[in-house]
Amino acid sequence: MVDVALHGGAAVTAEVESRSRVLGRLRLTDAAFRNLTRAAALAVLAILGGVMLSLVSGALPALREFGFNFLIEERWNPVTEKFGAIAPIYGTVVTSFIAMLIAVPVGLMIAMFLTELCPMRLRRPIGIAIELLAGIPSIIYGIWGLFVFAPFLQQYVQPALIAAFGEIPILSTLFAGPPYGIGVLTAGLILAIMVLPFITSISRDVFDAVPPMLKESAYGLGCTTWEVIRYVVLPYTRVGVIGGIMLGLGRALGETMAVTFVIGNAHKISGSILAPGTTISATIANEFTEAVGDLYTSALIALGLILFVITFIVLAFARYMLLRIEKRIG
Amino acid sequence: MDRLYAARRRRNAITMALSVGATLFGLGWLVLILGVLLYEGFSGLSLKVFTEMTPPPGADGGLLNPIVGSLMLTVIAVLIGTPLGILAGTYMAEYGRHDRLTSVVRFINDILLSAPSIVIGLFIYELMVAPMGHFSGWAGAVALAVIVVPVVVRTTEDMLMLVPDTLREAAASIGLPRALMITRIAYRAAKAGMITGVLLAIARISGETAPLLFTALNNQFGSVNLNAPIASLPVVIFQFALSPYADWQKLAWTGALIITFTVLALSIGARALSASGKQS
Repeated sequence: MVDVALHGGAAVTAEVESRSRVLGRLRLTDAAFRNLTRAAALAVLAILGGVMLSLVSGALPALREFGFNFLIEERWNPVTEKFGAIAPIYGTVVTSFIAMLIAVPVGLMIAMFLTELCPMRLRRPIGIAIELLAGIPSIIYGIWGLFVFAPFLQQYVQPALIAAFGEIPILSTLFAGPPYGIGVLTAGLILAIMVLPFITSISRDVFDAVPPMLKESAYGLGCTTWEVIRYVVLPYTRVGVIGGIMLGLGRALGETMAVTFVIGNAHKISGSILAPGTTISATIANEFTEAVGDLYTSALIALGLILFVITFIVLAFARYMLLRIEKRIG
Repeated sequence: MDRLYAARRRRNAITMALSVGATLFGLGWLVLILGVLLYEGFSGLSLKVFTEMTPPPGADGGLLNPIVGSLMLTVIAVLIGTPLGILAGTYMAEYGRHDRLTSVVRFINDILLSAPSIVIGLFIYELMVAPMGHFSGWAGAVALAVIVVPVVVRTTEDMLMLVPDTLREAAASIGLPRALMITRIAYRAAKAGMITGVLLAIARISGETAPLLFTALNNQFGSVNLNAPIASLPVVIFQFALSPYADWQKLAWTGALIITFTVLALSIGARALSASGKQS
């Protein structure tokens, strides 16, 4: 106000005007930036919406043609254009189940080693090495599985399995030969290696977040390390561990390239886990570019829709569980 | 009493031995896979791999066109995906920290982060390949960009959340508008972490095969035209490994070696960067 008296009106109005112009411009860029970031956040939502929409619209012709039967029909015949999804769904579920059967106990054991037993100095390097397993591209697992792992299983492991379980009633169908090397079991084993780092790293993180006081009081009572883990750490972190397992499962369900190499791509449900089979993602990867005719393409996209719905449910559940443990541990 | 104590000790010893065994088992796979890669791929590594085109079966050749194709697809995917991811992450950490929108986006982003990549491929097929009527490098790059976005969103949000609020308050107290505070101060403070996110995204997409199978497809003729199908390293590995020709399989192993060590170098570099960022 003093200024007005000293300098007179004209100069001041010019100053005020230029000042308000600058401020106005700042306010404008501010609002523009805010809206830009908001639009980007909305774009992330749009991507997921787009994925859903495109899958549904692509799958519609096949779903209209086959209806609910698409889900329970085994036949997959491009020549007569009769398609059913049960064989790949079955393969997806069984390979993922085998993978989890191995990866869950092993992953938890490694997490246990890293949080309770491992010398401090080795924790980081070993943790990183295990996580590097997750960094190896899945196509590398595929080519390694096809040229190294499957022949090994064929020569040494599968004949032994067939011989060992050949006489036992239920197991003899499960391990019925011949040993192809490639097949459902091989795919399951490779998936187990691939999801192991996910389960390990999340379990380790939640194990690490257990308040030391809880563990120390258990040790103070004279508990052994195993008892501390079994009766203190695991109950405390159960929700988070389940979240980690579901995250690994989501990964196993959708994994494509590694499985495509070693599963054998046979559209049938077989009692034996040594037999070739197929999964949803392997079927899509193998047949999509060769699919002639709208119905064939549409049936493959319908498979993709089923896969997405299954993984969406699993991942959403995983996130829910992990969110719950995060809130508790804080 | 003594028997019970001995039994407890025995059980403890067994489980501890099992956990050591499990760790060795896990590490063993890493060593085994990397060992096989080195053994099978290293002998094929020569200058020719980087200077010659992919050969027809039975002839000599290298991996020049898929390497160039992979580089082009990756660069474009990062150029599309990174700005989008950073802006979305910025909204979540700076503007809408307590919004409903932010929690929804965070959830959706986490789903996208672990969605099967083959499903992303189908999406881009429906979105770009089917309407345009042909496979193309652009479609492949966009598919990869969709994979880049959630990785960058996640790291950007996490890293901006780590920037201390006192820094923001200081900026506000000298009258800095919000947009400038974010771009000049918050971004600078979170730079190492954000670069880590981009490196992780590059590592993630450079090995991706499934979404390229029916977007970018493949091209035997050394084309760099993004409007046409274009070769990429993972897809070439896929085709050559499954072919019956020994020299194609050899090239597939060499390609696998190149990809794996690039990816591992990127992820170790990203870790080193984020570790140094946290200390300072």
